[in-house]
Amino acid sequence: MTEPLLKVRGLKIGATVYPPGEKPRDIEIVHGVDFDLMPGKVLGLIGESGAGKSTIGLASMAYGRGGVKITGGEVWVNGRDILKSSLKDIRKLRGGEVTYVSQSAAASFNPAKQIMEQVTEAAILQGKFSKKDAEARAVELFRKLGLPDPENIGRRYPHQVSGGQLQRCMTALALCPEPDLVVFDEPTTALDVTTQIDVLAAIKDAIRDTGVAALYITHDLAVVAQVSDDIMVLKMGDMVEYGATDQIINHPREDYTKALVSVRSIEHPEKSPAGEPVLKCEHITARYKGTQFDVLHDVNVELYPGQTLAVVGESGSGKSTLARVITGLLPPRDGKIIFDGRELTPDLSSRPIDDLRELQMIYQMADTAMNPRQTVGTIIGRPLEFYFGLKGEAKQKRIQELLDEIELGKGFQDRYPAELSGGQKQRVCIARALAAKPKLIICDEVTSALDPLVADGILKLLLELQKIEDVAYLFITHDLATVRAIADSIAVMYQGRVQRYGGKTEVLTPPFDDYTDLLLSSVPEMKLGWLEDVLANRKMESAGN
Amino acid sequence: MFTNIPVSAMIGLFFTALYFIAAIFAPFLAPYGMAEVVGDVWEPSSANHLLGTDNIGRDLLTRMIYGGRTTIFIATAATILSFVTGSVLGFLAAVLGGWADQVLSRLVDLLMSIPSLILALVVLAVLPVTVTTLILVMGLLDSTRVFRLSRAVAVDINVMDYVEAAKLRGEKRGWIIFREILPNALSPLVAEMGLRFIFMVLFISTLSFLGLGVQPPLADWGGIVKENKDGIVYGIGAALYPAIAIATLAISVNLVADWILNRTTSLKGGRG
Repeated sequence: MTEPLLKVRGLKIGATVYPPGEKPRDIEIVHGVDFDLMPGKVLGLIGESGAGKSTIGLASMAYGRGGVKITGGEVWVNGRDILKSSLKDIRKLRGGEVTYVSQSAAASFNPAKQIMEQVTEAAILQGKFSKKDAEARAVELFRKLGLPDPENIGRRYPHQVSGGQLQRCMTALALCPEPDLVVFDEPTTALDVTTQIDVLAAIKDAIRDTGVAALYITHDLAVVAQVSDDIMVLKMGDMVEYGATDQIINHPREDYTKALVSVRSIEHPEKSPAGEPVLKCEHITARYKGTQFDVLHDVNVELYPGQTLAVVGESGSGKSTLARVITGLLPPRDGKIIFDGRELTPDLSSRPIDDLRELQMIYQMADTAMNPRQTVGTIIGRPLEFYFGLKGEAKQKRIQELLDEIELGKGFQDRYPAELSGGQKQRVCIARALAAKPKLIICDEVTSALDPLVADGILKLLLELQKIEDVAYLFITHDLATVRAIADSIAVMYQGRVQRYGGKTEVLTPPFDDYTDLLLSSVPEMKLGWLEDVLANRKMESAGN
Repeated sequence: MFTNIPVSAMIGLFFTALYFIAAIFAPFLAPYGMAEVVGDVWEPSSANHLLGTDNIGRDLLTRMIYGGRTTIFIATAATILSFVTGSVLGFLAAVLGGWADQVLSRLVDLLMSIPSLILALVVLAVLPVTVTTLILVMGLLDSTRVFRLSRAVAVDINVMDYVEAAKLRGEKRGWIIFREILPNALSPLVAEMGLRFIFMVLFISTLSFLGLGVQPPLADWGGIVKENKDGIVYGIGAALYPAIAIATLAISVNLVADWILNRTTSLKGGRG
């Protein structure tokens, strides 16, 4: 039997935390993890944020990011324990034997240097190739990764290629020095869903063709199922389950893995339009100040009380702009917004207070949507005070009611946002919106920044609250799994136009137009071989390609 | 909250407190009257006159204590004035944007393009030099710098989602400025306040040294340096005491400001 390329035994990783007002203290973030990776194989590391995935990935290069220390265990690469190696040997290892692909290519490339220079840098410095050979190899990799004009793309600067292309350039960078192992740290997470699929396919082909081994780190089980041979599920620095991809996906043993596999299985029967629409957008056309082109063209949608309209599309399709127009932050150039039977004035400042109250908004990043200097009680209490004039006892009582509704209970009133988890923060934002007793809540990508299980909880809560409060949601998202879970009607947007609009079943039933087909087929599914099936049957190339 | 104070901050706190206490309780602490002539010219230090006497035979320790009172009072008042005007206008410019921002910012640019000492000298040459004019001139000139800083900080905060949420809620400008922006802009402003206070001390001392600041017989540190500077030629160090006082006050306030900035920058809900 061949020796494993990467052998990790009892890996423990610690970090120093600095709680405000207290003495710094050491905590352990990875509690003894073991795994083997054979040459040419791909191991998927999966878990929620804080599970220690990236930390383990970096440890395989004997590296700990900012304040993180490897405190115990062994990491064997090519038959030697790199945690005991000298710094000189580690320099040979990093960028030579083991390379790294990070989540945000845009943040990782030096914007002042051409792509070719950066892609070949490690290979040349490690002495593996001459400049000429390294460049020839880079061009070869560009071609293999499906980049356009592979001979010349290296002469461009990072801002001159698209996000998906840059992520592929980074994969070329990692593969250029002929490493034995590549650590992919969430390489497709920051990309649009339609772009993700192409990058994923390119990475998968490149791994197969070069015979390199890979650690593939992601929070999306459906993605990792497409590329890896084995999967390791992590939670809070502990290994939960470790096995072949087929076993993890089709026959998970642990409860936590089962929950991850069955995530987004919320059943939500479609409601048909009833009564007068609460929101009607008529021929909305809008552009930003100082630009010469419209970002929304003739948008017509309707939303009925107590129902959910999902607006889907990739970034740049105009989804969030539509929300800005409805809220009055961006007055439209043309068209009318009818809210609850009356026409809204285009500009926010001229709207009566009841219009403002009945139309609330929840943001994608709960972190920045709450003032870090206000307590949860102040954040939720302010709309009560502002719209209803509640004070003292009555206000406290209502705040507690709202906290109960969002399943947070007692003891949260005096906490600051920094003392809440991501899911709790989003719940507080929901409570703030509900406090105004709105007729319509605009939800702008409210689950995209959350871990899948937490996002599931938020979606369930939103559905539950819709039943109780009879509030309508305008749900902006790029995630079709979310749409299936929550929508009654769907508007698919593409380049500022509504491409397809109607009830959920109608929109999600073929025949599709080309764009809807591309969008729907790009959502990773939790089954093996999905990627190949999709690529074989596609009608249209994604825009970011 | 007094756990874990670093040594540098301790030293800073000690001297700052010492000078402020001396300034507040000057009439009780000073051994003689402020302008009382009690001995010969430039007497060396003795049991009666701890720091000796000045150029016309007044007790130097008394002059130092009263001088500190004037200097610190003027500097504090001018700092407060510059912060109130500077930050309110800066926040307003950031929140209003558009032409209001343009007008205010260009006006500030105009004022800043003239060296403030020259401008102050011109203004004080025309106006009667009283403590009130000094405070007004120094405070308003310095508020341009506070304006710049608070506008820059507020522009960043103004685009945060929580400010947008407040605007969508229909909040008035006052709430947005004082409840949403101000608490989040405090830590850079507090650090700047320490620095500006020191510049005020240096500014008033410079003006007095040049004869356009605090007028005799009222004592202030810059003035004491001026009165006694001729003694240096004869090996008499009376001018060094106020100089040392100015330097130590500047350093200690800086140390305190640094410590406050360090404690508050990690935005943990303001508790840390």
